[in-house]
Amino acid sequence: MRRAALAAFAALMLALPAAASARDCPQTSLGDIEDEVMCPVCGTSLELASEAPQAQDQRAYIQELVDKCKSKDEVKQALVAEFGDNVLALPGDQGGNDLGDVLVYAIPALGILLAAGGIAFAVVRWRRHARAGGRPGTGPAMAGGEGARLDDDMERYDL
Amino acid sequence: MRRALSPVPIAVICVLVALVALLAYGLVQNQPDRAVDEALAHGEREQAPELVLPRLDGSGDASLADYRGKVVVLNFWASWCKPCKDESPLLERWHQRMADRGGLVVGVDMLDLTGRAQSFIDEFGLTYPMLKDKDGKGLEKFGVAQYPETFVIDRQGRIAAVRRGPVDEQFMRKAVEPLLERS
Repeated sequence: MRRAALAAFAALMLALPAAASARDCPQTSLGDIEDEVMCPVCGTSLELASEAPQAQDQRAYIQELVDKCKSKDEVKQALVAEFGDNVLALPGDQGGNDLGDVLVYAIPALGILLAAGGIAFAVVRWRRHARAGGRPGTGPAMAGGEGARLDDDMERYDL
Repeated sequence: MRRALSPVPIAVICVLVALVALLAYGLVQNQPDRAVDEALAHGEREQAPELVLPRLDGSGDASLADYRGKVVVLNFWASWCKPCKDESPLLERWHQRMADRGGLVVGVDMLDLTGRAQSFIDEFGLTYPMLKDKDGKGLEKFGVAQYPETFVIDRQGRIAAVRRGPVDEQFMRKAVEPLLERS
């Protein structure tokens, strides 16, 4: 009885690492990677370059690496070795220039904030101006019978 | 009497103008350099750009300057490109034909997977030197915009002819043969 329990325990200990390694593989997938890398010939992300022959080759290559249980970072490193840094679609991935990576995200955000602020400021000013001068788009009331004459003229040209 | 303009249409116009400017900038940036073609059309030969690239087999770098004094048929190709497959046997024949006349073909594999490129080379039994332009720096220098493209470089390192598309026997006879005779 004791021997059987020991044998079962030993078998379990042997099986555990194999089960864990099977669970860790694959570590990533083609779908997870193809929106983060470029198709260098197509000039778009690999995800968008559906039919281009170079994109098909690139996908097959990524799938080969995924099947070999490479991680996402390892796949990206392999692509960089083949195509250079420009194959990485996300600016933060390109490494080397940390300030540049931050600025790539910060400058457009700052631009959007400034534009939104500018539009909000202009709208507030325009409303204030309109309130002060009556309904927006209407000028001062016309003097004498000018208004009636204008209505008559408009009616004559009414088609 | 001045009417206050609503800021919304102004903002929309600004955004549209910015988009059109961005589009125009993108179009201008993506235009390939055609200085070589223009020079050739005027009967002039431009000096070939300096080109230093790693050899495809990983055995160090090679430079175009290494071949100065020879006629170089510089062929840009990729393994997935069908016309590249069609012209490869012709290029290999011409490489053999030029060997003892001071000429050679040099291949540049562009933006391609090394394993696929090596299979291509093996399939067609190509023996000429092969370089790897992994990030497209070489093709930018030569204004390459399609696959394949071939530049014929004379013994002084000047571009004597260009073919944007696959080469054929007629092009090689007309563009390469006269340069080989002047050895």
